[in-house]
Amino acid sequence: MSIWEYANPVKFMRTSGAVLPWTVAGAAVCTVTGLVWGFLTPEDYRQGSTVKIVFLHVPAAMMAINIWVMMLVASLIWLIRRHHVSALAAKAAAPIGAVMTVIGLITGAVWGQPMWGTWWEWDPRLTSFLILLLFYIGYIALWSAVEDPDSAADLTGVLCLVGSVFALLSRYAVFFWNQGLHQGASLSVQSGERMSAVYRYPLYLTMLGFGLMFLSLMLVRTRTEIRRRRLAALQAREMRA
Amino acid sequence: MIALLRRDLRLAVRAGGGFGLGVAFFLILCALVPFGVGPDTSALQPIAAGILWLGALLACLLSLDRIFALDHEDGSLDLLATSPLPLEGAVAVKALAHWITTGLPLIVAAPLFGILLHLPAAAIPALLMSLLLGTPALSMLGAFGAAVTVGLRRGGLLLSLLVLPLYIPTLIFGTEMIRRGQDGGDTMPPLLFLAGITAGTLAVIPFAAAAALRVNLR
Amino acid sequence: MIELGKYAGAVMGAYGLSLALLGGLIWQTLVANARARRDLERQENRG
Repeated sequence: MSIWEYANPVKFMRTSGAVLPWTVAGAAVCTVTGLVWGFLTPEDYRQGSTVKIVFLHVPAAMMAINIWVMMLVASLIWLIRRHHVSALAAKAAAPIGAVMTVIGLITGAVWGQPMWGTWWEWDPRLTSFLILLLFYIGYIALWSAVEDPDSAADLTGVLCLVGSVFALLSRYAVFFWNQGLHQGASLSVQSGERMSAVYRYPLYLTMLGFGLMFLSLMLVRTRTEIRRRRLAALQAREMRA
Repeated sequence: MIALLRRDLRLAVRAGGGFGLGVAFFLILCALVPFGVGPDTSALQPIAAGILWLGALLACLLSLDRIFALDHEDGSLDLLATSPLPLEGAVAVKALAHWITTGLPLIVAAPLFGILLHLPAAAIPALLMSLLLGTPALSMLGAFGAAVTVGLRRGGLLLSLLVLPLYIPTLIFGTEMIRRGQDGGDTMPPLLFLAGITAGTLAVIPFAAAAALRVNLR
Repeated sequence: MIELGKYAGAVMGAYGLSLALLGGLIWQTLVANARARRDLERQENRG
């Protein structure tokens, strides 16, 4: 029994079909309770009710980065071991990552308007998210531009590797370029200054919910891609016959 | 390798090869900017470094699709792939040829255009150094983008979408260096970053670009 | 209804936009999956 068995599309379809109801239920429960609980939290004495945006902003931003990392790992697995499911999972994850990035940016802008007095500030964190969005768009565009599916998987895999290096490089270059308004990490383990527990627990719940939501969406989209691929294979076989 | 370099250079300089178009584009951009923001020194001087670097970026982008597209069309790219010269080496040589035909003229012309944009004379050395160190990375990354999009219809637009985000670090450090040169600041840190990025891309990108080319030639 | 104070517009806007985006993504995912499943079944039943 090895993890690579899941690279077999049939096995993947069976397992993911069995797992999906649980992840969907978990995602729905965690996200909805987390958001409702977050919505009912008391107002922060400085930020007023805008503090409630954190329950969307932080999980979305976290997922935006994690999804890119997941795509990087999946691309590496595809390039090294040629498992088709891995390449398709990377393709399936990209639009979700792009949407998460957009949510992070929009909620940030809406939050920044009353707090910093501006919708957009060329602050390092915001700027690196914008750059991340550009990389997501390029990746998705390349997938849709290449017709042969295996070539598309190879090219996007290489692009994901190079893009990861440059996304990281841009992140540090941006710090060099402008120091920002954005507060540091709100949830670091060591630092003394943390969010109070009232906000922290619903936040953990929405983060878990967003993670499960990504997992469910990614599984469904990968299943879609596998079906499409199988349909194309069947049609090709029919054409030959 | 030398033969390949000479062939590429000859093709670029020949009529219709597009040599000099990049510089002409650069000139037009620098001439148009004052119409957009007004002719005052106070308006032009702060943005001169950014305009010069953006102009270099876009001029470089214009000629990128020529790196591999023509050779792909007439089949000489397949010959290159099967020749004893490793494809990585061929990519590096072609990127070098691109740099000599577009990057180098830009560097020569840049001080002149800097004057057009009221860039102070004190910043000219920083401008030259930043372009000298930065543009090879632009050509190399461009060769990667060209390799990824070589067989595609409508590859040009996708090429710019893929390549421009990769140019961000170079752009940041390049303009920062000129700005520091302008203000009399310490140009060494951005210079080192710029050199590091260029050295890194020179070392790594040929392999990525060659891998992409092999996929597209399959 | 919970009182949102003077930032009600910002909070509701952020939630509304984000949930609309997420809803759109989920809807698109489900529609694409249903179509792929239907097409595949049709093809398999035919051949």
